[in-house]
Amino acid sequence: MAEVVLSGVTKRFKTVAAVESLDLTVHDGEFIVLLGPTGAGKTTTLRLVGGLERPDEGSITIGGHDVTHAAPAARDVAFVFQQYSLYPHLSAYDNLAFPLRSPARRVPEDEIRKRVGEIAEMLRISAKLQNRATQLSGGEMQRVAIGRALVRRPSIYLMDEPLSSLDAKLRSDLRLELKRIQQDLGATILYVTHDQTEAMTMAVRIGVIESGRMIQLGTPREIYTAPASVYVATRLGQPAINLLPVGLLPDGGAPTGGKTVGARTENLRIAKAANGSANATVDWIEHLGDQNHLHVTVGDHKLVTLADPESDLAKGDRVSLSLVDPLYFDASGKRIAASGKARIPQGNG
Amino acid sequence: MSKTTAHSVVAPTPTARRVSGAIVILYALITMIPLAWIVMTSFKTPPDSIAYPPKVLFEPSLEGYCNLFTTRSRQTPEYLESLPAPEPGCDAIVRSRNMVIAGPSNVIPRFTNSIIIAFGSTFLAVFLGTITAYAFSRFKVPFADDILFFILSTRFMPPIAVAIPIFLMYRAIGLSDTHLGMILLYTAVNVSLAVWLLKGFIDEIPREYEEAAMIDGYSRLHAFVKVVLPQAATGIAATAIFCLIFAWNEYAFAVLLTSGTAQTMPPFIPFIIGEGGQDWPAVAAATTLFLIPIFVFTILLRKHLLRGITFGAVRK
Repeated sequence: MAEVVLSGVTKRFKTVAAVESLDLTVHDGEFIVLLGPTGAGKTTTLRLVGGLERPDEGSITIGGHDVTHAAPAARDVAFVFQQYSLYPHLSAYDNLAFPLRSPARRVPEDEIRKRVGEIAEMLRISAKLQNRATQLSGGEMQRVAIGRALVRRPSIYLMDEPLSSLDAKLRSDLRLELKRIQQDLGATILYVTHDQTEAMTMAVRIGVIESGRMIQLGTPREIYTAPASVYVATRLGQPAINLLPVGLLPDGGAPTGGKTVGARTENLRIAKAANGSANATVDWIEHLGDQNHLHVTVGDHKLVTLADPESDLAKGDRVSLSLVDPLYFDASGKRIAASGKARIPQGNG
Repeated sequence: MSKTTAHSVVAPTPTARRVSGAIVILYALITMIPLAWIVMTSFKTPPDSIAYPPKVLFEPSLEGYCNLFTTRSRQTPEYLESLPAPEPGCDAIVRSRNMVIAGPSNVIPRFTNSIIIAFGSTFLAVFLGTITAYAFSRFKVPFADDILFFILSTRFMPPIAVAIPIFLMYRAIGLSDTHLGMILLYTAVNVSLAVWLLKGFIDEIPREYEEAAMIDGYSRLHAFVKVVLPQAATGIAATAIFCLIFAWNEYAFAVLLTSGTAQTMPPFIPFIIGEGGQDWPAVAAATTLFLIPIFVFTILLRKHLLRGITFGAVRK
């Protein structure tokens, strides 16, 4: 394991900059998740570290060595791809053994057998080792793909949405598994996803990327409670944060320059309206089982928040909404501290 | 009372299966009649082969094969009388036609030429085609589209249109009637087909596989051999069969450019007809022999071929 440093890395495809002056240090043993929507440059960042793309500017070092122009094989990294993850003409065993049989390593066969056996055990695919890759289910394939990275002890594991093609159940299983393995091995991982749950649950630090730029890098808690901008705030929270003009709902007093209020479920107080105090109407309620999504209209604005499934709110009810410690953003979308009792984000999340 | 059983609406019913099976078998039988007739003719005697009405049942004879593999000379009855009794086999058959075997015919060298030239050019065309297609598929080649169009454009006219220039050039540089000359010629014709077919196949192999292999510690060449080639096997097999069939059957250039040393089977077979009467069993024997390598090659690669010729229609 080793520290990986990207400094001022820029990568352009024709005229479009996929990654722009990106600085990022992944500490030894750290699990960093890059979060952002499709096309933000997350995957390109991973590919740059892996050597599958060469940066136009900037440098990349792994464990102190400058690898900016090194071939992928010379970098000692492991990569888990989003799809097409296994060599279809090989068995699960041979897929796992493939990196160990490379000319760069040439591990003896009995050592390979031992390592593959251990990893297969860990990922619970021992029974499927002799199956052809194409005969595995989606979840098994992805576990083998992760295993193919884990059989090695590279400087860094690069993972490009490795769980996105799996069903919800398996995704949450593997999420825990991956986090546990990372802690057991003390592995350094750079992980790309657009799934906020994966980011929140696994990351030591989250990097939020927009149009190839690192917008904010911090612990999950920092990113959640003190987002640098509207963009970052909309990445996290389920249902998504509600953005409203300042003054639409009663709050504790907006700071000067505040134009937009960001209100997540925990920032909204909702009560059945008594006579004239109602300022909103319940549009409809989505029943999700464990929780209800409440769609509310305030003037021209629509909000989504959570409601207790036991609550007796019904479609068409008049309600009164108020804000508690919401986030404030200025005209350019940057967050500004609330006046008075600004919440101080807690470090190390 | 009729019994209703549940069945899939997309899977064919047993009746539909039987009917479609029967149609396929019938069609296969019809298309195989000419082949069967050729093979049958090769085992007939010359009189049986031209009998009218045609004989379907006949006494098999190896006369066609004897005539194919030997040259014979007609002798006077007195001379034949003076010879010791013929050995059973070709000797006896030939003797019964008042002839003696004068020596081996050219069929074995011609057949060998066909094998060398067809397989040699197929190997070269597929080899060059594979690496060229890979390069076009994976790298940014300047003017790639124009170069690919140029490669394809060599197929816009029948190859024979350039026969005379090639004839003159080959004579000038001493490639006429040589194995090398024919291999190069057939390779040149086939390589455009090979590049285009294989590019399609290689384009379908996601480049993530090679990237994964390179991350796993392999060089690009290693990744190509270990990951791309096995997955392109289907396309390579299909392409090889197309190339082989062209090179194996090619007649026009072979007639024009070969006369002896490098003559292949296609120009040799009609030559048999002219040798002392129309010896149809010998021609049929030569044709039968000529069919065997393609038959064997296709059978060996049939697993790949079936997927290869339906490529695009069947997703992995």
